[in-house]
Amino acid sequence: MTLLAEKPPTQKAKPASVRGGLLDPQQLWRSLPDAVRKLDPRTLWHNPVMLIVEVGAVFTTVLSITDPSVLAWTITVWLWLTVVFANLAEAVAEGRGKAQASALRAAKQDTMAQLRDGGLIPATELKQGDVVVVVAGEIIPGDGDVIEGIASVDESAITGESAPVIRESGGDRSAVTGGTKVLSDRIVVKITQKPGESFVDRMIALVEGANRQKTPNEIALNILLAALTLVFLLSVVTLQPLAIFSKAWQAAAPDTAAIDAHGVTGIVLVSLIVCLIPTTIGALLSAIGIAGMDRLVQRNVLAMSGRAVEAAGDVNTLLLDKTGTITLGNRQAAEFVPVNGVDPRELAVAAQLSSLADETPEGRSIVVLAKNEFGLREQEPGFMTGATFVPFTAQTRMSGVDLGDRQIRKGAAAAVMRWAKSSSEEVGEIVDGISASGGTPLVVAENDRVLGVIHLKDVVKEGMRARFDEMRKMGIRTVMITGDNPRTAKAIADEAGVDDFLAEATPEDKLAYIRKEQEGGRLVAMTGDGTNDAPALAQADVGVAMNTGTSAAKEAGNMVDLDSDPTKLIEIVEIGKQLLITRGALTTFSITNDIAKYFAIIPAMFAAVYPGLDTLNVMRLHSPGSAILSAVIFNALVIVALIPLALRGVRYTPSSASALLRRNLWIYGLGGVIAPFLGIKLIDLLVQFIPGI
Amino acid sequence: MAGWLFVISLVVALVAVYRPFGDYMYRVVSGTRDARVERGIYRLVGVDSKAQQTWGVYARSVLAFSAVSILFLYLFLRVQNRLWLSLGMPQMNTHVSWNTAVSFVTNTNWQAYAGESALGHLVQMAGLAVQNFASASVGIAVAVALIRGFAARSNGQLGNFWVDLTRVTLRILLPICVVATLVFMIAGMVQNLSGGTDVTTLTGAAQHITGGPVASQEAIKELGTNGGGFYNVNAAHPFENPTTWTNWLEIFLLLLIPFSLPRVFGRMVGQNRQGYAIVAVMAVLAIASIALTVGFEVHGGGTVPQAVGSAMEGKEVRFGIPNSATYAAATTLTSTGAVDSFHDSYTPFGGMMPIVNMMLGEVAPGGTGSGLYGLLILATITVFVAGLMVGRTPEYLGKKIGAREMKLASLYFLVTPALVLIGTAAAFATGNNATALNVGPHGLSEVLYAFTSAANNNGSAFGGITVNTPWWDTALGLAMLLGRFLPLVLVLALAGSLARQKATPESEGTLPTHQPLFVGMVVGVTVVLVALTFLPALALGPIAEGLS
Repeated sequence: MTLLAEKPPTQKAKPASVRGGLLDPQQLWRSLPDAVRKLDPRTLWHNPVMLIVEVGAVFTTVLSITDPSVLAWTITVWLWLTVVFANLAEAVAEGRGKAQASALRAAKQDTMAQLRDGGLIPATELKQGDVVVVVAGEIIPGDGDVIEGIASVDESAITGESAPVIRESGGDRSAVTGGTKVLSDRIVVKITQKPGESFVDRMIALVEGANRQKTPNEIALNILLAALTLVFLLSVVTLQPLAIFSKAWQAAAPDTAAIDAHGVTGIVLVSLIVCLIPTTIGALLSAIGIAGMDRLVQRNVLAMSGRAVEAAGDVNTLLLDKTGTITLGNRQAAEFVPVNGVDPRELAVAAQLSSLADETPEGRSIVVLAKNEFGLREQEPGFMTGATFVPFTAQTRMSGVDLGDRQIRKGAAAAVMRWAKSSSEEVGEIVDGISASGGTPLVVAENDRVLGVIHLKDVVKEGMRARFDEMRKMGIRTVMITGDNPRTAKAIADEAGVDDFLAEATPEDKLAYIRKEQEGGRLVAMTGDGTNDAPALAQADVGVAMNTGTSAAKEAGNMVDLDSDPTKLIEIVEIGKQLLITRGALTTFSITNDIAKYFAIIPAMFAAVYPGLDTLNVMRLHSPGSAILSAVIFNALVIVALIPLALRGVRYTPSSASALLRRNLWIYGLGGVIAPFLGIKLIDLLVQFIPGI
Repeated sequence: MAGWLFVISLVVALVAVYRPFGDYMYRVVSGTRDARVERGIYRLVGVDSKAQQTWGVYARSVLAFSAVSILFLYLFLRVQNRLWLSLGMPQMNTHVSWNTAVSFVTNTNWQAYAGESALGHLVQMAGLAVQNFASASVGIAVAVALIRGFAARSNGQLGNFWVDLTRVTLRILLPICVVATLVFMIAGMVQNLSGGTDVTTLTGAAQHITGGPVASQEAIKELGTNGGGFYNVNAAHPFENPTTWTNWLEIFLLLLIPFSLPRVFGRMVGQNRQGYAIVAVMAVLAIASIALTVGFEVHGGGTVPQAVGSAMEGKEVRFGIPNSATYAAATTLTSTGAVDSFHDSYTPFGGMMPIVNMMLGEVAPGGTGSGLYGLLILATITVFVAGLMVGRTPEYLGKKIGAREMKLASLYFLVTPALVLIGTAAAFATGNNATALNVGPHGLSEVLYAFTSAANNNGSAFGGITVNTPWWDTALGLAMLLGRFLPLVLVLALAGSLARQKATPESEGTLPTHQPLFVGMVVGVTVVLVALTFLPALALGPIAEGLS
């Protein structure tokens, strides 16, 4: 009955409201210098779409200098702005990470490490295997495991959680993180990090996106975008001989800003290319990726790679620990079962009295049940004079109260029966029945009379069933992992609504289960904290280690949850999906945008040669110049307009794939067709007043 | 009214044969037993019919077979004057021989020569017709290999090219062609080895009436979506297409295999509904295209058609406008390229439709095999975008569409537009477009048509330009060669990459690829991508002409 001895867990405050990504206009302004710095072609190299725009802008700049006109210069300016806006998106996304990184750096002060074998060296020179001593008030100099002692540690620098945590040698709470502060006592820590690769160092690198690598889906999408860019480049470049031929045929047609005997002018060709290639998604792609990682960081989850975030969206099977994730950490009283014709109320009174001094969650839940079912008022222990409370010990395995000659005890069945020197078949049956259903029986006796049994059971957290239903809709199977026997496990699994369970699970069982799922082509996510979870965490496609866990677990997983909240796995999956959806939606939007741009630019280019083509000018744009300029301006502005969406991510509600596709296709597909018609027309209404357009 | 009946009866007939004929083809390509004749062939060429090939081996086999075919056909054309049944025809010159050899091996059947005045019967039968069978079989084999890639469970094997080639030829193409030939002969097509008859007509003029194995050539020409006619005027010639109902039968034959292959796809991946989805995409595009072509022709825009009341120029009176327009759409929606009327004489928008059909990549339903694999590539690109939008790494039939798959699909998608656009621009830039008849937007359409037809392995011609010059023969030959074999190797590489993957089991979170929404999206992607690529060029050709 260790459960009666456990300290109640402190209920963690939810991380302060998640800033989804409301864009502060100030932020845009602050990131502008960075955006301009990113115009360097060596930086743009990784983004072929925007590189083409930049090359085009350089080309039109040269043309504007050699053959200046209002149209040429206006278009040139907007082409440069297009590149700057794209850089701005990336810079803003990175800027948010940088703010977090500087907060972390502040925590990483210059500390000195006191080696156990004597000697004082700077923390930066610590090697793996060094053993250091840290006493109250000192900063822990590096990541490691406590090998001696126990201490309370303030980890707020990393987790943002102000309540101190206990770190002790041995067991699953031995890991300490460099940069955190020991508040009491003295611990001896064996350093496990390599120099310069501490947890905080990695966190800084991650949030800054310093060595951000493209994720598999991002690479694939980049290939598609490059192909589209290439095909549009081809279709515009090969247009030139055809344009020259057509202009020669209609020799009487007047020269315009768009076309003359040498074919389509360079400015207009570049404008056409820039409008057609997928600049919108090309500009926002890396911002989407950075913002996705950022959203995880805001939920206090550190993903060691973007690949892991993407894999989270693909997860088919979720392994969840029962205790703390699916059920509340502790069992609660659910029912009073009297025996031998005892009045249920009498049992409840006895149970309540015996529990008044019992501060465990189980004990308190008995008091609550007595109040709810029989209206028994909660009494402060102090009100009862002459009462002696008997605390729980591992030897007696029961607790209770002595009120004069009344002695009330509750506890493990065998212990209480022995104490009461009674044996009752009825009690035995009830106890067995409760055990079989997955509950824990507590027998209550007064003096030598057994009154009845309290049924303690696991309580499934509120809302879990609905969440699992959501998961099922998303196509994710949930599997409950528990050390309970199969019958108990099944009872709880049924109640919680998970799809499967793994009972009496050993770490080897977990690993085998993950392997079996992966054999079938499924991706598996799990959480874990203990050292014996490490192999499974490493094997899982998404392994979320709890920050309270051991260093081995944190090394093995590909994410760390600083709040150590196992239910967060569900949110991580949603963030992974949201990341991909945002990319897909903006790609669709970007491609469908081109339809309207054609209706603006093709008549603008060729209506002078073939007047019939003016029929295609469905937006009735003012002039060829204003039409082309409007398309270019729209193309640039839509990037800025979509930066908030890229940072926040497309709204995601868990639902089936068909429902998601239908919704996103309507909004971003149809929206992508319609929006530019309106936008270009509106811009045209304004730019037509510019003299010379 | 008769026009509608013509189209509707075609649809009904194709729907009726979809299951039985598709199932038959499925049994042919996935059966394990070899017929006695086939065993003999395998022994002769030294093939182990049970050996499986990886994509590399499969691709090398296809390329080797095709290279030998081109070489053989080239030599055949160069020495035909010394062979039996040459009818006294001279040898074909080098550039036309190269062009013709490539053309027939690539299932294009672009003809830079006039059949009845350039070729003898032997080269028609043993040279061209053999390639009509072989090139059709190669297309089907590659499509089947791609399907095996989707269906495979991580073993990387794509079947055996030599077995596929032999079985498709012997068990699918040959029997149908025998029956079709007999039917065509009953309808009045010529089938003999005569050199022709000289007669004096009623008015006293001397006329040469040709003879030859027309009916048998005609059967495989349509069934294999080849399109190379015995006569220069192709199926407009009364000996190649005597009546309205042979016209119907020819269209049916050229649509038969491409429209039934999705059934094979559905059967092989174990989900018939996936086949229905693919055939639905084909049908939507095809019916829309036919309706538009017929509509444009029947309502005949343009000065002359308005004046005379109908757009009959270039069309045979025995077929009429709707049936001719249906033929034009069908022949360009597939990779056939046979014609029973002259696309050059169509109204501007009516003439644009065949170009657009080919620009779609000939996927609705496309050539034998090539239509299916082309559409599956477009479906893969759609799956990628749609898959992202449902928040998962995109997967098609359980196979993940990752960087490698996207690279291959994107390259496939790039090849034909690149060939068409570069070829067209090159013709104008080098002045090879210039002939007397070749002016204005219509002249531009003629050049655009030629390269679109060659790069997509269609083989039909708008006409109007002289293309049997060395420049045109070489340029179009290259377009045909690259337009066939680059995509084909990319498809096999994709198949290999898919075949090595484990399949992800389907769940609620998987993008469903059999529902109307997905069908609509593939249609949308196909049309939008093509429109976006070719619209500028089309604007200066048929659109400028039509809107003037």
